[in-house]
Amino acid sequence: MNVRVSDIPTQTVGRIDVGQVSISLGEGAETFEAVRGLDFTVAPGELISILGPSGCGKSTLLGALAGHLHVTQGRLAVDDQPILRPSPDRGIVFQQHTLFPWKRVRDNVAFGPKMRGIAKAERRHAADEILRLVGLEGFEHFYPSQLSGGMQQRVEIARVLINQPRVLLMDEPFGALDAQTRSLMQEVLLDIWTKIPTTTVFVTHDIEEALFLADRIIVMSARPGRVIEDIRLPFARPRHSELVTESEFVRLKRHVLNLLRRPANGLPLPRLSPLGTASSQV
Amino acid sequence: MASQRSADGRPAWRWLVRGFSIVGCIALWQLASSLHLNLGVMTFRNVPPPTEVVQSAIVLMKSPKLLAHVTSSLWRVFAGYGAGVVIGIAFGFAIGRSRAASDILLPPLELLRPIPAVAWIPLSILIFPSSELSMIFITFIGALFPIILNTVHGVVNIDRRLVASAQSLGGTPATILWEIVLPGAAPSIVTGLAIGMGTSWFCLVTAEMISGQFGIGYYTWEAYTLQNYADIIVGMLVIGLLGMGSSWLLTTLGQYLMPWRHPTVAR
Repeated sequence: MNVRVSDIPTQTVGRIDVGQVSISLGEGAETFEAVRGLDFTVAPGELISILGPSGCGKSTLLGALAGHLHVTQGRLAVDDQPILRPSPDRGIVFQQHTLFPWKRVRDNVAFGPKMRGIAKAERRHAADEILRLVGLEGFEHFYPSQLSGGMQQRVEIARVLINQPRVLLMDEPFGALDAQTRSLMQEVLLDIWTKIPTTTVFVTHDIEEALFLADRIIVMSARPGRVIEDIRLPFARPRHSELVTESEFVRLKRHVLNLLRRPANGLPLPRLSPLGTASSQV
Repeated sequence: MASQRSADGRPAWRWLVRGFSIVGCIALWQLASSLHLNLGVMTFRNVPPPTEVVQSAIVLMKSPKLLAHVTSSLWRVFAGYGAGVVIGIAFGFAIGRSRAASDILLPPLELLRPIPAVAWIPLSILIFPSSELSMIFITFIGALFPIILNTVHGVVNIDRRLVASAQSLGGTPATILWEIVLPGAAPSIVTGLAIGMGTSWFCLVTAEMISGQFGIGYYTWEAYTLQNYADIIVGMLVIGLLGMGSSWLLTTLGQYLMPWRHPTVAR
């Protein structure tokens, strides 16, 4: 029997409370409800996936957890502290291209400590250490544009984890990668998560990815997004790529697929972002 | 022959062709002016040939006048353009970052912007007690608008996700301005600086022709009034060289300040 990191009693920080949360987006006549009545709790150290069709508001919820969006109704809290604004306690990793292009890899990672006023030598040392952990030793002096997509996402994760956040929020972080890099990055993430156990909320629309990574999946409906099922996954850790062919995995995949099947007349909705509606984004 | 490549990868013979093109143009000029070529709408009768221009250039280079003219022009550009850079970037940031600043500053600027800087010359002579100050002012006006507009453009178009990432990593508004908005807008600002440098020189030379006492624009115009026709072309060439030098300076500065744009290090 494998011991899950979240079972280790030392893990006491990183509890997320989502209480009857509704979030409306847009201004004036364009206002719409992105998510409605979300209500669940994430235990300290847990890795959950939020799964749902495009535009269902899963990224909106993530943006609210990060503090970039405000809830219209209900309550969001981490370790009983209400979420009011962005904080290094709640690190967020976007899909792609959010490293600072003008900073070298090491200085991107050291940005958080720099904001906390840590001395240069010390924060660079800390950055190098965490870069080694994500497998990027030797790339400290590169600019982001010189790295592959997968390597850039490793830097993103390192840049967030160096702050020792209570929760790690990920918005389809591997969505822009090719299939092979993507499955490699999933294993990398699990490896990092084992070494630095952190409550993680992983938003994706890839069912297999959600099943492979998470302790628990929260499946959301189309807009306004509501929780339609909360599934605890029975798979042991450490997990390897063979898992995806096991019968229980395939059965759950089919089950979730059925949950997410679009009604016949349903059109796909535009993607939302953790910073609001997609139109107001790049 | 085509397999011979110079340092930046172009075949050597292409450089040869380019060199010949310049030599050819100078030869045509020599021919046209020594033959007093008359094409009806234009005539080369009063155009000095390159050989005379070279002689005048040598004379100017040996005389102390050159230094006086060039330094007074450079000083005016330095002062006027410098003020344009400081005020342009500051206004650009304010307009790009604050709705209130944009509402207060932008309408008058939008009204003044379509007026070419050269059209300010008569008024500026009336406003400023010395012609020196009025020329610096014209240079400043020339630089100001391209710098403001490009700075605003750069600041407004910062990827919101970069700012959000910085906030989530503990950045405060002040540090985000310095660490994210400034470098993010830098490419656009440098473009504004380059355009502003060009218009700055253009305005300065015009202003010097009208109200100067020293300066390379004044020198060129004086050469015309004194009928030293070769000196006109020498003046033009010096203006060209100064403009080229300043834009080279800007490009180099831009590359030095934004190494991430052409990353060659660490590879």
